[in-house]
Amino acid sequence: MSYDEKELAGIANHMRRDIVKMITLAGSGHPGGSLSAVELVATLFFGDVLRYRPDQPDWPLRDRFILSKGHAAPVLYTALANAGYFNISELSTLRKFGSRLQGHPDRERLPGIEVSTGSLGQGLSIACGLAYGLRASNQHEQKVYVLLGDGELQEGQVWEAALFAAHQRLGNLKAIIDYNNLQIDGRLEAVMGLGDIAGKFTAFGFKVIEIDGHDLPAIKQAYVDAAACQDGPVAIIAHTVKGKGVSFMEDQVGWHGKAPSDAQCDEALSELKGSSDGKEPTDG
Amino acid sequence: MADKKATRAAYGETLLELLAEGVDVYAVDADLSASTTSIRLAEADPKRHINVGIAEQNMIGVAAGLSLTGKTVFTGSFAVFGTGRVYDQIRNTVCYSNLNVKIAPTHAGISVGPDGGSHQMVEDIALMSALPRMRVLVPADYLSAKAAIRIAAMTPGPFYIRMGRANVPLLYESEKGFELGKARVLRSGCDVSIIACGVEVTLALQAADMLAEAGIQAEVIDAFSIKPLDEKTLLASVQKTGAVVTAEEHSVIGGLGSAVASLLAKNPGILAKPLCQIGVQDRFGISGEFDELFKEYGLDAQSIYDTVVQLS
Repeated sequence: MSYDEKELAGIANHMRRDIVKMITLAGSGHPGGSLSAVELVATLFFGDVLRYRPDQPDWPLRDRFILSKGHAAPVLYTALANAGYFNISELSTLRKFGSRLQGHPDRERLPGIEVSTGSLGQGLSIACGLAYGLRASNQHEQKVYVLLGDGELQEGQVWEAALFAAHQRLGNLKAIIDYNNLQIDGRLEAVMGLGDIAGKFTAFGFKVIEIDGHDLPAIKQAYVDAAACQDGPVAIIAHTVKGKGVSFMEDQVGWHGKAPSDAQCDEALSELKGSSDGKEPTDG
Repeated sequence: MADKKATRAAYGETLLELLAEGVDVYAVDADLSASTTSIRLAEADPKRHINVGIAEQNMIGVAAGLSLTGKTVFTGSFAVFGTGRVYDQIRNTVCYSNLNVKIAPTHAGISVGPDGGSHQMVEDIALMSALPRMRVLVPADYLSAKAAIRIAAMTPGPFYIRMGRANVPLLYESEKGFELGKARVLRSGCDVSIIACGVEVTLALQAADMLAEAGIQAEVIDAFSIKPLDEKTLLASVQKTGAVVTAEEHSVIGGLGSAVASLLAKNPGILAKPLCQIGVQDRFGISGEFDELFKEYGLDAQSIYDTVVQLS
């Protein structure tokens, strides 16, 4: 699926509305880190980047996407629903008893989930294994995208995987960092600063691309440049705003893992209404 | 004494056989490839043996990713690191995602010997058995280890295979006859059921010889498949003998003894005497040689003999 920039902006806006609505209905969930990743995920799924077939989730030639920061499940669920993996109406079942939309992604329940995530720090390792396995099977065209949070980079396993990716020259591996500067306990730099993160990834052997993670053309260009880099792993460091698009959530640590009230939901949706006149793939 | 061979010696060799038979098998190890013997797979195809360095968490994640490309993947390292250090990776990535990853570390139990308590893993069966979707096999000798690896490779989904460092007596003449969920009755008797796994099976057979001279006929069972447990075979034996001694080179908390205790608690009335659990009694290991350690921890044939005599 491919949309132009204006249409993508509309889709992103629609995804934000989905995220706010489904977390409000669920009564719990993680709006901040879902909203910060909207443009990154929207461009992957609807910007002619990720190759996939919603009617054939196990299509052997698909690219792979892993949401390592599994708590941002709502942004993945709205992307999958809008891509056609399942009906949009199912988004309202998020986190409910009997739902396929578990609090964190569960591959055994929902089509389109490559691997279950939720315990932070493991996605890059899994992506490494996928990238190695695809290459070993001579499936050189297929790429593995993995979205990590900035706080998640505090997990030691991420750096074990980073060593591996560079050592094995995994040119089909594309890591995306949603760098929104906040984690549950506060500002990332106050809790456990990452220092020169671009320098760290560079030192580990990654090609680093730094972008504004809400700038759709920049994101698309980063994905194009990343795809062209085939001799080693790429890290796209996307600078984002947690809670992006909802004024009272933006850059507020309190909105990491809290559901809006009905009134807050209405306020958020009114802000998100008409913030883009682009194409919306579904009815809200 | 019969010839000896370590269960770990079965690992790389069986992987090579599986590859030759057309299984798309990979081994991921963490700088212990020679010790675990996984390095042997590299003899046939270097790309199928992946050394992640001293990075066990990444070992499990890489194995998970490989399995998602349709491959049958074994992970190595020592049992203490290959299960304990990576418990969350096994739980949340391998089992929760129901992946075709076989957790197959070596150097389990106190039979590791001189390396001491830091390296003697006696909680691994407990950890792995508690995980939904995980199947747990504990082979008693070299050929049963080959069988366990083969069963794990041929059965989709997560497995734990427990292997050891020490050379232990060859018990079986063939790797045939082993099944997931099947125990094997190795000696018939009507006075007591000794239900064992791993090297304790051999020691239980030695104890049974000694017991026979004392007029006690012990039935010796190799449990082999700890999860799922062969409830039918075990209950049939206990119905005959009315007395049970379990024996394992593992903590008495959460291992074979606990599984048998649960089974017997669900089937009241058939056990006539107190259940005796031989195993590591809530302790860490210490440095020493095999015989010294098995005596110290009450795991040797004499300890099994004494326990049965006291029970009788």
